Amino acid sequence: MITINQLENGETGIINEIRGGKVFIKRLEFLNLRKGKQVLKISSAPFKGPVVLEVEGCQIALGQGMASKIMVEPA
Amino acid sequence: MKILLMGNPNVGKSVVFSRLTGVQVTSSNYAGTTVGYTKGKLKLGSKEAELIDVPGTYSLESTSPAEEVAHKMFQEENPELLVIVTDATNLERNLFLTLQLLEKKLPSLVVLNMWDCAQRRGVHLDWIKLSEEIGVPVIPLTAVTGEGLKCLTQTMEDAIQKPESFRSPVPVMTDEKRWACIGRIISRTQKIEHHHPTLLEKLEKASVHPVYGLIIAILVIYLTLQVVVGMGEFLIEYLFDPLYYNYYGPFITQLVSGFAPSGIINEILIGNGYEYSTSFGLLTTGVYVEFAVVLPYILSFYLILGILEDLGYLPRLAVLIDSLMHKLGLHGFSIIPIILGLGCNFPAVLSTRILEGRREKFIATALIAISVPCMAQTAVIIGLLGPYGLNYIAVVYGTLIAIFISMGLLLNRLMPGESPEIFVEIPPYRVPHLKTLLQKTWNRVKGFMIEAVPFVFLGLLAINILYLVGVMEYLTWILSPVLSTLLGLPSDAIGALIMGFLRKDLATAMLAPLNLTAQQLTVSSTFLAVSFPCIATFAVLVKELGVKDLLKVLIIMVLVALLAGSLLNLMWSVI
Repeated sequence: MITINQLENGETGIINEIRGGKVFIKRLEFLNLRKGKQVLKISSAPFKGPVVLEVEGCQIALGQGMASKIMVEPA
Repeated sequence: MKILLMGNPNVGKSVVFSRLTGVQVTSSNYAGTTVGYTKGKLKLGSKEAELIDVPGTYSLESTSPAEEVAHKMFQEENPELLVIVTDATNLERNLFLTLQLLEKKLPSLVVLNMWDCAQRRGVHLDWIKLSEEIGVPVIPLTAVTGEGLKCLTQTMEDAIQKPESFRSPVPVMTDEKRWACIGRIISRTQKIEHHHPTLLEKLEKASVHPVYGLIIAILVIYLTLQVVVGMGEFLIEYLFDPLYYNYYGPFITQLVSGFAPSGIINEILIGNGYEYSTSFGLLTTGVYVEFAVVLPYILSFYLILGILEDLGYLPRLAVLIDSLMHKLGLHGFSIIPIILGLGCNFPAVLSTRILEGRREKFIATALIAISVPCMAQTAVIIGLLGPYGLNYIAVVYGTLIAIFISMGLLLNRLMPGESPEIFVEIPPYRVPHLKTLLQKTWNRVKGFMIEAVPFVFLGLLAINILYLVGVMEYLTWILSPVLSTLLGLPSDAIGALIMGFLRKDLATAMLAPLNLTAQQLTVSSTFLAVSFPCIATFAVLVKELGVKDLLKVLIIMVLVALLAGSLLNLMWSVI
C-alpha cells in the first residue's frame, strides 16, 4: 500500500484507505474519491504542485498534503 | 410558485436557467461560476413560476462556504418543484446529491444535461430505466443547443399540475447505503464503450503535464496578449477612429453649436473641439475615451476570456501555478479572480467568493485592488505610452507585477494562518458554443458600458465644474508640494490623480494634454493604477470586505502608490 503521490504519472491504483478527519473523508467521498474506487494519476504539477487524478472519467486536482492521505494499492 | 434548479457544480445549471427564463447569466466551464443566486420568471402553461439558479453543491452537507449558500436556500425557499440538473457524462457522482434531494420527497424531476457529450464519449445511458429506478421523470438535454428543452418544459408543466406523481419513492438512506444504491443503479443503466482518446482528451492531459503544461501555459498567455492587444488596435484603427473623426465628431459639434454656439454649455459639452481627443468635452472626450479607446479592448478581452473559460482552460492554469500562488498566500484557483480583474476589478472582487478562507479572500482582494489594472486603464495606458515605445509600458507593468509579488509574499508572512490546499474538479475541455460565447461577451460589454458611461459623464461634469468654481486650484495648491517632490509631477497633473477615484480610464486620459515627459507619464500611470480604486470597485469592496478590512487595504494602497511612484521618479532622476 502506497500513497497516491507515490504512483507514477499514468499509473492506476485502487483506493484502500483515506486517512484523516471525518469532514475531510466526506469531502473526498462527495467527489467520488472513496474506498474501492479505481483512480488514475494523470500528473503532478511542477514545484510540488497539486496532483491531478481521474476517477470514473472525472478529473480532480488536489494538493500534495491531501493526496498523501489517500492510500492506494497499485493495479 | 417557486422552482429551484439544483445540482453539482459545473453541470450547466446556469445554461439551463438562461434557456428556461431568457434571463442571461454568466456561465463558464468551471466550478463556482455562480456564487450568488439568480432569479428569473418563466411561464408554464397558464401559470407563472419563479425559477432560482442555486450555486452548485456536491451534497446537502456543507463542506465549503459556497455550498452553505445552496443548503440555506434549499431549506429556506420552500420550493414547490425541484429541477435536479446532472451531468450525463458523470452520472455516478451526480447521483449522490440527486438521491439526497429525492429523499426529501419534494416534487422533483431529473435532467441529464450534456447528453451530446455523453454520446460522443461513448457513455450509453438507459434513461427510461433510470427513471424507473428513481421513480421520477428523467429528461435528456443538451442545454447549449436547446435540444430536449421542449420536453423539459412540458414535464415541468405536468409536475405543477400533478405534483403527487413527481415524488420519488426512494427511502431515506445513510451515505453508505446511498453509494451502494448508486452502484446498483449504475450497473443497470449505464454502459461505457471504450473509445480512443480524442485530440481534446489528449490536450487535457498535456495541459497539466509538468513540462508540456508549462509550455502550453506560456503559449496561451502569449497568444492571449497578442490577440487582445492586436484586435483592440485593429478595431480602433479601422472602425472606431474613422467613425469618431469622420462622422460623430462633426455631427455632434454641429448639433451642439445649433443651440449653444459658445459659452459654458458649449465648453462643457464640446470642450476645445472634437479634433482633439483631450478636449474634455462631455460629448467629445467622454464619448471618445469610452467608445474609441476603452471599448475595443474590453470587447477583445472578454471575447478571448470567454473562449478560455468555456474551453475549460482556467482550472488547468490554476493547477499549474498553484505552488507559486501558495507563496503569495493564495492558492491556484485565485488566478481566476485575478484574470477577471484584468478585465474589470468590480466582477473580480465579487468572484473572490469562490475562495475558501477569509485570509485568502483578503489577500486576493487586496492584490486585485492594488496591483491588477483593469482593461479600461490598460487601454488608456497603451494609448498614452504606446507612442513613446514599449519600454515605458513594460516599466508600468513590471512595477505592478513586482508590487503584486512582493505584497503577496509580505501579506503571506504577516497574516496568521495558511492558505488551504487546492481541491477542485477539473472540467473536460469543451469546444465553445459560438452563440453562447457571443451572448456572454455581449452581456459583459453591455454591463461594462452601463457601469462605466454614467461615471465617465459624471466625472467630466465634475472636473468641468471643479475647474469653473476654482476648487481644483485649491486642491492643487494643497497637494502639489507633496506630489511634485515625491513623484516629480507638475501641479496640473493633480486634477487627474484626484479623478482616479471616479474612473481610472478617464483620469489616465486627463494626463494626455499636460505635455508630460514619457517618464512623468510612466510615474503617473503607475501611481493611478495602484492608488485608490474607482468608485464602482470601492462600493463592492465595502460590501465584500467590510469597513475595517477595507480601511486596511486603503492604507496599504496609498502607501504602496506613493512608494512605487517615488521610487520610479527617483530611478529616472538617477538614470
